[in-house]
Amino acid sequence: MINSVNRFIPDNLIAYQGSDEYKNKKRILIDKKQKQLKTVFLNSIEEAFDLYNIKSEMCLSFHHHLRNGDFVIQKVCEVIKERDLKNLHFAPSSIFPSYTNIVDLIKTGNITDIHTNYLNGPVAKTISEGNLSGKLIMNTHGGRARLIESGDLKINIAFIACPVVDKLGNGTGSYGKSACGTLGYAISDLEYADVVILVTDTIVEKIEHKQIDGSYVDAVIQINQIGDSNGIISGTTKLTKDPIGLKIAKECSMILKELGVIKNGFSMQTGAGKTSLAVVKYIRDIMIEDGIKGSFASGGITASYVQMLEENLFDKLYDVQCFDLEAVESYHKNKNHLAMSASQYGNPFENNTVASRLSFVVLGAAEIDLDFNVNVTTDSMGYLIGGSGGHADIAHEADLTIVISPLIKSRIPLIKDEVMTVTTPGCDIDMLITERGIAINPNRLDLLEKLKNSHFPLVSIKELYDITHKITGVPKKILKSSEIIGYVEYRDGSFIDCIYKI
Amino acid sequence: MFRSLLFIPGNNPSMIQNADVFNSDGIIFDLEDSVDINEKDNARNLVNNYLSSANNYPSLVVLRVNPIDTEFFKKDIELIKTKKINYILLPKTTMDALNVLEEMLYDIEVKFDLDTVKVIALVESAKSIIQIFKIAKHCRVEAILLGAEDLCNDLEIDRSNEGNEILFARSRVIYACASNNIISIDTPNTNIDDELLLREDCLNAKNLGMKAKSSIHPSQLEIINEVFSPSKKEIIWAKRVLEAVEKNIGKGAFSLDGKMIDKPIILKAQKIIQKANKYNME
Repeated sequence: MINSVNRFIPDNLIAYQGSDEYKNKKRILIDKKQKQLKTVFLNSIEEAFDLYNIKSEMCLSFHHHLRNGDFVIQKVCEVIKERDLKNLHFAPSSIFPSYTNIVDLIKTGNITDIHTNYLNGPVAKTISEGNLSGKLIMNTHGGRARLIESGDLKINIAFIACPVVDKLGNGTGSYGKSACGTLGYAISDLEYADVVILVTDTIVEKIEHKQIDGSYVDAVIQINQIGDSNGIISGTTKLTKDPIGLKIAKECSMILKELGVIKNGFSMQTGAGKTSLAVVKYIRDIMIEDGIKGSFASGGITASYVQMLEENLFDKLYDVQCFDLEAVESYHKNKNHLAMSASQYGNPFENNTVASRLSFVVLGAAEIDLDFNVNVTTDSMGYLIGGSGGHADIAHEADLTIVISPLIKSRIPLIKDEVMTVTTPGCDIDMLITERGIAINPNRLDLLEKLKNSHFPLVSIKELYDITHKITGVPKKILKSSEIIGYVEYRDGSFIDCIYKI
Repeated sequence: MFRSLLFIPGNNPSMIQNADVFNSDGIIFDLEDSVDINEKDNARNLVNNYLSSANNYPSLVVLRVNPIDTEFFKKDIELIKTKKINYILLPKTTMDALNVLEEMLYDIEVKFDLDTVKVIALVESAKSIIQIFKIAKHCRVEAILLGAEDLCNDLEIDRSNEGNEILFARSRVIYACASNNIISIDTPNTNIDDELLLREDCLNAKNLGMKAKSSIHPSQLEIINEVFSPSKKEIIWAKRVLEAVEKNIGKGAFSLDGKMIDKPIILKAQKIIQKANKYNME
């Protein structure tokens, strides 16, 4: 069948019918796992495999808070390989380039199915090339929380890398030699997995401010090192020097000012890329100049936001994962730097999520089409390069959703007739800001009205498309193969697009 | 009238492709110092292709050619045939160099029926600073740009953040331009990472009387444009003066807020409003 963003979805799946459709559905909650009276302390991952009879065809989950510096998923993969467990279902919240052991396990059929929110690097490449024998399901961060709490994704064993654990099995990521800050993505796994195993390198007597409630924890494994904190650094800590990026960032901040959304009590979220950091810097300048204080910033938190919290420009930071070591330090020492779970962040069925309280979000795009549908999942050739993460969650929930991007990336036009893969539906994108003009989604008549007499270069997205093609020429259309290797699942559990083999 | 001119290396296609989107009042396509000697032909071809085929151009197009005593000069000048160049930026300008350029431009303009191309004189030697009042009077010259780096090399002195060593040269440029009603353009600040320094440098130049500043990176444009634009306070003041003029028609001089308003003050207010309108300021 064809879904409402005009994509083919196999008949056995629920086709996406609109980003508000979840409001017609009822929240499904399975029982949380039974609390433990006692947590077992183990000496090795192998011991846990024996004790909990971890075997073929099970579903194992992981979180990605140590990002590219995570060692736990690699070590678990080594044990799987050694024991040659088959047909495993992996459900890491994200997959980074350093998780190379997964590649081997995919090729040998040890791992056959994957649920994740984001992936890039060698695992993404091998899946793109059709080596995963089952299916890849790409969820959103909020959608993953929904998937787990509803029982649609049944996790047998949750391995949670946890920088510090105490004698009662409570855990935190805020300090320790492998500190990674908040552990927001692991909370659903903690509460709903059949068996929860914390993997740590630091055990202390007692943790004062726990993030992981030890009563859900079955076992703790102490190993030499769970990861390298430096590997969590995402994107960059420096503003872009790219003149086009700076121009777009400046334009974005000025349009936000013109719209009057940078006002006392406002809230915001941006990505962690160089251009996003420039947007944050320009917004900070406006806030200081106009004496404005926001209520909160959220998301993956970076040093830029930490600085603004310390300058009293925001009341609070809501942090689902720390993007750099300044954020980790801030989360440890600043009581207004708060952790949130993925569910509190963007679960469509959770009440009063942080995403739903956002005044505006500034997001990126690998591709955008004439209907404003955004692709952050695959590149223009169809190779997996990322995934929604929180993109589709906050795009839907925020009052104003802006996509910023240069019109041409390495000589490839940003705007397509149709994006290669729909990650976020166009109905949730309000505005595209580029170096050659600003396109407002025609559905946002209020924005068009507010800006109609402004000095901003407002054009239609088709005009931007034409301008780009005058520079680049019209690119040859890339044809997809017919073999489906996975699906993009929208946050409500419906399917918004298929992923095809390269 | 302009506040900012941005240098773009002639052999940088991605910068050239986006020349029309930077917030600069004009773009200087550079065929000289930023282009390696082995890249001269490629740069010229690239700029020529851009000027011959792009869909949108910067509001002011300046071409910095190579010096008259190089083998590249004549070919560089031929690019005026694209009809897209508003100004030739002549490096190491002296009266002799200017006369050679004049002769060559005239010949091409007549032969190909082109409009007159104006010149920005780049003064960057002791000799050019000495000749500056003659240069400023030349019929082709509509602006003078101070090149402090080469000037300091010529004088065998170091550049400093404060710029005391170029005070004399700056002053010569400013007075030569002001007395001939042409635009004085300050030397670029080569420290692209220090915004505070750039702002101080701009303010210093502006307070001496410079009307514009050149830049070597787009990230400098925001500060340059801000400093060389009228401030909000100045615009409000100028509007009040001009409103008061309307109410005091026929009076040579009158008072506003206890201060005398006469012709020089009115002219100053008019210039401020003219600039504000030009740069779409409220």
